[in-house]
Amino acid sequence: MTYRNKRIIMNNIIMTLSTISAFIGLGFLFWILGVLVFNGIEALNLAIFINEGAPPGYEQSGLKHALVGQLLIVLYATAIGVPLGVMAGTYLSEYGQGSKLAETIRDISDIMMSAPSIVIGAFVYAIIVIPMGHFSGYAGAAALAIIMIPIILRTTDDMLQLVPSTLREAAFALGAPKYKVIIQVVYRGAKAGVLTGILLGIARVAGETAPLLFTSFNDNFMNTDMSEAMASLTVTMYNYATSPYEDWQRLGWAAAFILSMFILGLNIIGRLFLLRKRGK
Amino acid sequence: MSVVIDKVFALSTKIIALLVLLIVAWIFTVLLQHSMESINAFGFDFLTETKWAPNLEKFGALPAITGSVISTFLAMLLAVPIAIGVAIFLSEIAHHRLKAPVGVSIELLAAIPSVVYGMWGLFYFVPIIRDLFGGLGIGMLTAGIVLAIMILPFMAAVTRDAMDTTPDILKESAYALGATKWDVVKDIIVPYAKAGIIGSLILALGRAIGETMAVTFVMGNVHKISTDLTAPATSIPVTLANEFTEADTDLYFSSLFELSLILLVISFTIISIAKFYFLRRKRSL
Repeated sequence: MTYRNKRIIMNNIIMTLSTISAFIGLGFLFWILGVLVFNGIEALNLAIFINEGAPPGYEQSGLKHALVGQLLIVLYATAIGVPLGVMAGTYLSEYGQGSKLAETIRDISDIMMSAPSIVIGAFVYAIIVIPMGHFSGYAGAAALAIIMIPIILRTTDDMLQLVPSTLREAAFALGAPKYKVIIQVVYRGAKAGVLTGILLGIARVAGETAPLLFTSFNDNFMNTDMSEAMASLTVTMYNYATSPYEDWQRLGWAAAFILSMFILGLNIIGRLFLLRKRGK
Repeated sequence: MSVVIDKVFALSTKIIALLVLLIVAWIFTVLLQHSMESINAFGFDFLTETKWAPNLEKFGALPAITGSVISTFLAMLLAVPIAIGVAIFLSEIAHHRLKAPVGVSIELLAAIPSVVYGMWGLFYFVPIIRDLFGGLGIGMLTAGIVLAIMILPFMAAVTRDAMDTTPDILKESAYALGATKWDVVKDIIVPYAKAGIIGSLILALGRAIGETMAVTFVMGNVHKISTDLTAPATSIPVTLANEFTEADTDLYFSSLFELSLILLVISFTIISIAKFYFLRRKRSL
């Protein structure tokens, strides 16, 4: 009886501690989310989307330059990262079954997925910024693309493998060449999953700051020339938040809010895609 | 015709897959190349020298390395018990109607950019630390705590995933024998999913040590090893973020590249241990 009591008391203690720690953890996280939403909405107004950066204290300041810069950098990164990631993932899933090479690529790519992003920034600095002689939007896009490739590769690989091999065999039996089987059968079957992977990949790199600090650097004015230094929401956020000026700090929160909502939105859309697919 | 296209398609996917390996090798080579000047100038002393004085052309990485180790250690110390608590809560305690929403919101929080955690730390957490311990409020302790909060969602989510690999039938058998929830956790889930849980925690450690933005705001970037946890300090990523655009001499740059290389090697090693030793992916095909 006492042994039983001891077990029950122990159970109650541990379960209470677990629940408390869950609430502590969630409490902190919702505190941060609350701060983000509260400060973000308070700082948000139409002028932010219309005006460019301005010196502190100047009323007409906004984030248009950073929004446009962020969009361009992520767009270019996506244009480079997605095709490369999908093709490499296709190789692993469709051509590399059981091969040592595919296994190695899969492992190394998995490790790269968690590698420090600031190191990627240093690498791109060395191969693009130094030869060009100055910071550029291209360098930022290249850094983000390098971070994106392993993510897209992994999800493509996983999602293509979920396509039943009977589908492939049926297509082969009809005499279709392998590339046609992949493009018309496998890709079609894995569409929702691959698309989700792409959305999550974009969401992941859109929030990256460290690799942009010394690649695309920053610019306080509107610039659509990718070969020049370019503002991004993340770097702007960092610069404005660490500045002593209150109006800049407010803009920093607005940038944080806009970016976080964009990223959360992509994540939610990606999840819905998968859910709908599973529901079918 | 379609034979040719078939060959071209196969070959191009292979070349692009190889490109991934090439990029990784390229990263190591380029970082090493740019570190050579610093390696030649300081040799192994770089790792043990405590002085980082750009104006004297003297660079030692020990304060940054120590800072990375201590801040990450602090973060793990705080985050691991809470993450395990959250994971137990999600897998065994929470009502099934609560499980999905709480689980998904934790995963979504893991997606919030780390720069936001850093901003929160700077504006809301630094004042609290300042009031509690005096000083600037910026330093190792603050960085450790903010890093812990930042890594918590990721850590909790992967730990829960690892715990959830335990087959329900095992857990149900134990419950049928009269086991309490804690009995199930310690005698069924932990033995079954041990490798996965440890691997997940190490993976989170690998991410935490390379995390830049959550700590850059609150660390202070002071190259000094101090026994006072509330004093400003630095870590490898913090040094890189603060000084890369300020470096003005070749040796300074080279030292920063060597720091990047050290960071990459450390995190590569940690993540490899997690992946290869604990989290071997089981291929179903």
